[in-house]
Amino acid sequence: MDFKLTPQQEALKKEFEDFFEAEMKNAPEDWVWGLEGLFNDVGWPFNVYMARKLAEKGWLVRPWPEEYGGCNAPMMEQLIFSDVIGYFCAPGVDPLGVGMIGPTLLAAGTEEQKREHLPPIAKAERFWCQGWSEPNAGSDLASLTTRAVKDGDDWIINGQKCWNTGAHRADWCFTLARTNPEEKRGKGLTFFILDMKTPGVSVVPIVGMDGSTHFNEIYFDDVRVPSRNIIGEVNGGWVITQTTMNFERSSVGVISGVLRALNELVQYCKETTLKGKPLIEDPHIRHRLAQLAIDIEVGHAMSYRCGWLQEKGDIMAAAAASCGAKVYSTELWQRTAFTGIEIMGLYGTVAKGSKRAVLKGQFENLAQITPGYKLGGGTSEVMRSIIAWVGLGLPRIK
Amino acid sequence: MDLDFTEEQDMLRNSARDFLSTECDKATVREIEEGEDGYSPEIWRKTAELGWQGLMIPEEYDGMGMGLMDLLVVFEEIGRNILPSPFLATVALGAPPIVEAGPEEMKKDILPKIAAGEAILTLALTEPSAGYSPDCIELKAEAKGDNFVLNGTKLFVEYASAADHMVVVARTKSGGDPADCITLFLVDSNSQGIKIEPFATTGTDKQCEVVFDNVSVPKSAVIGQVDKGWPIVEKTLKIATVAKLAEMCGGMQAVLDMSVAYAKERVQYGRPIGSYQAIQHMLADMFIRVFTSKNILYEAAWMAAEGMDCDAKLSTAKAWCNEAYKKVAEDGVQVHGAIGTTRDHDMGLYYRRAMAAFPTFGDTGDHREVVAQSLGL
Amino acid sequence: MDFSFKPEQEAYRQEIRDFIKKELPPGFEAGVGGHVESDEEWKIARSMTKKLAQKGWLNIAWPKEYGGQNNHMFSVILNEEMNYWCAPGLDFGGVGMLAPALMAHGNEEQKKEHLAKIAAGDVVWCQGWSEPEAGSDLPNLKTRAVEDGDDYVINGQKVWTSLAHHADWCFLLVKTDPEAQPKHRGITFILVDFKTPGITVSPLVTMSKERSFSEVFYDNVRVPKKNVVGQVNGGFKVAMTAAGFERSGIYRIALALRNVDRLIEWAKRPQPDGTVPAKDPVVRQKLADLYIRGRIARLLAYRVAWLQTQGAEPEWEASIARVFGSEFQQYAGHTGASLQGMYGMLMRDSKWADPECNMALQSILGIGATIAAGTSEVQRNAIALRGLGLPRG
Repeated sequence: MDFKLTPQQEALKKEFEDFFEAEMKNAPEDWVWGLEGLFNDVGWPFNVYMARKLAEKGWLVRPWPEEYGGCNAPMMEQLIFSDVIGYFCAPGVDPLGVGMIGPTLLAAGTEEQKREHLPPIAKAERFWCQGWSEPNAGSDLASLTTRAVKDGDDWIINGQKCWNTGAHRADWCFTLARTNPEEKRGKGLTFFILDMKTPGVSVVPIVGMDGSTHFNEIYFDDVRVPSRNIIGEVNGGWVITQTTMNFERSSVGVISGVLRALNELVQYCKETTLKGKPLIEDPHIRHRLAQLAIDIEVGHAMSYRCGWLQEKGDIMAAAAASCGAKVYSTELWQRTAFTGIEIMGLYGTVAKGSKRAVLKGQFENLAQITPGYKLGGGTSEVMRSIIAWVGLGLPRIK
Repeated sequence: MDLDFTEEQDMLRNSARDFLSTECDKATVREIEEGEDGYSPEIWRKTAELGWQGLMIPEEYDGMGMGLMDLLVVFEEIGRNILPSPFLATVALGAPPIVEAGPEEMKKDILPKIAAGEAILTLALTEPSAGYSPDCIELKAEAKGDNFVLNGTKLFVEYASAADHMVVVARTKSGGDPADCITLFLVDSNSQGIKIEPFATTGTDKQCEVVFDNVSVPKSAVIGQVDKGWPIVEKTLKIATVAKLAEMCGGMQAVLDMSVAYAKERVQYGRPIGSYQAIQHMLADMFIRVFTSKNILYEAAWMAAEGMDCDAKLSTAKAWCNEAYKKVAEDGVQVHGAIGTTRDHDMGLYYRRAMAAFPTFGDTGDHREVVAQSLGL
Repeated sequence: MDFSFKPEQEAYRQEIRDFIKKELPPGFEAGVGGHVESDEEWKIARSMTKKLAQKGWLNIAWPKEYGGQNNHMFSVILNEEMNYWCAPGLDFGGVGMLAPALMAHGNEEQKKEHLAKIAAGDVVWCQGWSEPEAGSDLPNLKTRAVEDGDDYVINGQKVWTSLAHHADWCFLLVKTDPEAQPKHRGITFILVDFKTPGITVSPLVTMSKERSFSEVFYDNVRVPKKNVVGQVNGGFKVAMTAAGFERSGIYRIALALRNVDRLIEWAKRPQPDGTVPAKDPVVRQKLADLYIRGRIARLLAYRVAWLQTQGAEPEWEASIARVFGSEFQQYAGHTGASLQGMYGMLMRDSKWADPECNMALQSILGIGATIAAGTSEVQRNAIALRGLGLPRG
């Protein structure tokens, strides 16, 4: 066993670090971490800027084949990239475009579809959103009811989607709709892609408890989509969603983001006196910071293990491990946010924007955002169930 | 042992619950949160009519002359329903020092006004050092002739922006035991030299920075005796802590009720999510947290009401409820899934209040240390 | 509202303390729930039982018509003090479980034959319920009782039977109708004289090296039909009465409270390396947290007792008290052991072990706390289903 990166990987990592170190200095004054940093009015222009920069360097889609702008980067290199960009909390990688629809098209799209849609993603010219969840289809996604009815060579889509991250910025959308009403679950679904400018598509923001608006609802009102925008087969959409199994899903970027937050918190404790005492000298605080550091190291190791399993092609083990990493990293994020605000005492209640806010109010904000991390992309409960079934072979309840 | 509330307290609870659900539904809560003042003058007037502002003010000053357990009942309902208002600031922070130690003139003047809903008060205690102990008080009050002159900054003063008067905790002596150098003053918010600035906080509770720049207050504004103010602060914080704890327990109960109701009605994979054991156990644990919190609160409040030595017990309750509400709120969001993270869902209102309550009047660490000291450690 | 104890309750508590001080050999400490190991210790335990009976304390919670004082509060106070001071002698099985079942479901003959002897502490009873295939799922028990003339012939195996190696009698749950659906409708509650031929007791040794309970094998054991309590096939109801009398779970809580108090005193003492744990802020916080949990656990147990004095039959409140109390016991043991560092690994017989505060043993004793008498998971199910009305899965 050898935990070291190869010299080549080390060099690559340094290249990434130097780039982000330099570029993040261009972040606007009131830019913040997380999804708001990608999609709000301050974040979006910077996100696009970074996306274009990454595209220029040929780093946006490194795992993709060369003909589509990538360099067939192996899984471990993907991990290293995610690790570094996560540490810098940097925007630029469209999670739905680069992270989901790109790989989906590579795995299941036709040549025509690949040629039409992959290059704009690789060049950071086109951004995507995902239209999957519905008000009554969250964890039980396969039960969704947005309907697509054939009309000539087109399909007419009607329905409502929700939790659509960045839909208000997106150019295109990939969605699931029911094309066979006889089948109530996955077997009746088709995977469509569509231009957000298509008539009948409207986007309404969902406001988070902290006031953020990166989530949306999408309403489809007689939206006409051509057949050539179907990925895979009609009624074969559910299978297409399963191709996400092969994407990088180690949560390493989440872990390194937590590390970044911890480092800022430690610095704050070194510089701050509260209730008459220097924070960094308080043994209790030291223990809490140390515990987070331990948890981060453990998470980091877990994430690299996930990547390793994926690279080796051990699908089942990787599936269970990545569910574990997802649960672990998101719960760690919430713990970190709360440790931060608790250490800050009363200052932990000051919201961002106030001159009295600590660390730009990011921890106060994260404490309200992190609950969502344990829900989006598969709730912690569902993740634990998958670990039990797939990882441990425990019996599924009927 | 008698672990029931009295019939009168049950009636008080029911009428409080009805009043609040009628006068301050969640739409109203949100309206108030978004507004400038952070409270509804109309609801303020109505609670005064019910006698709430005067609940613990003696009858001779037009109050109801009721006790801490009765106050607890009202605050539990406030926490359960949510009522953004300077109610806690006035009733549990501003009024108690005056009731406890105000000169007769002051009592006759201001207590009836408070009871009538005509005066809003708050306590200006904490400063940028953000601690609740006497050594954290740096704001100075210097005697100058017939007056005192106040200089310094207070921070995290609840509803100073709405208050007509503030009870200001100042240092009148330096050197020696910090607890022997504190004096309380009743200060008119409109006094020359006072600058009040609210800032945005998690609990949207109008926390303010209050700067005192050569603010002159007459000697008659002293509450209690010069240099002997700290014991009054301690007594006041006991009442305020009970009020805050009651709010927290009411809030926890609301989260539990909401989460159980949702778990029964939300169907995924063909069955209510409340039929999955993972959710059942999460809710069972939530119930345990709410139940234990209420029980320890009631015991602590009873001891305080009886005038028993209860510092350790109150700290026991705050340390416990802090951690309990934090987890109850976290799990409440989790049970609701994504909608629980939104502004439009009620869950967020409680989640933010759980966060805000945590450091208020001392965080878990502060209170565990009080308990540790009580054990002779 | 009033959280104080009445003067007579405080006086009773003091009386118990004086009694324990007088009657228990100095330094004598029983295990969880009064468990003792050696024959000599057993003799002491039996004599304590007799003395408690002589004082009329053993059955103090029983209804007056059966010789008790109908006083649940007194009973919990007694349980708290006895378990806090690690004094053996209380009879959970006979006094606390079987007797209430007889009072509610037994016939006159059974009551006459057994109740007085139980009250006098003359008979040792054990509870034969759990089996290898029937832990949480008790109705799945397989020990079979087949009619044969005036008797039942019993074959099967029980496990986790406390006191079996000392028992005179056993209250047993057997399957009399294997076809019954749901399963609990085929169970009968029957009293078995342990001198009956065919009974083999095989003690099990726990991690703490104690023979806390046994496997008991029933090989064609012949028991008269008149020993059936309540209806044939109606035994589950009788069992629920037995399980529902002593609900506070105070015995584990009291043991844990004692541990916390021991830890607090330990923390004040200089350690072999010269440091005083009580000066360490992290230790202070942990001990304060333990103390806080202990106060709450105790409050929950007394709340259950108080509800019983009001005539209520607390269900989910009892489940909450049980699960909170047992998890508190476990947490206190583990936290204590880890606070003691390396010394937290030493068992009592080590010359390096702290004689006043041995968390290594306490930590091990706590392991079964979340499993015995209703696992934490089962308690949470009960809280969810009965306390919150959540739907069954």
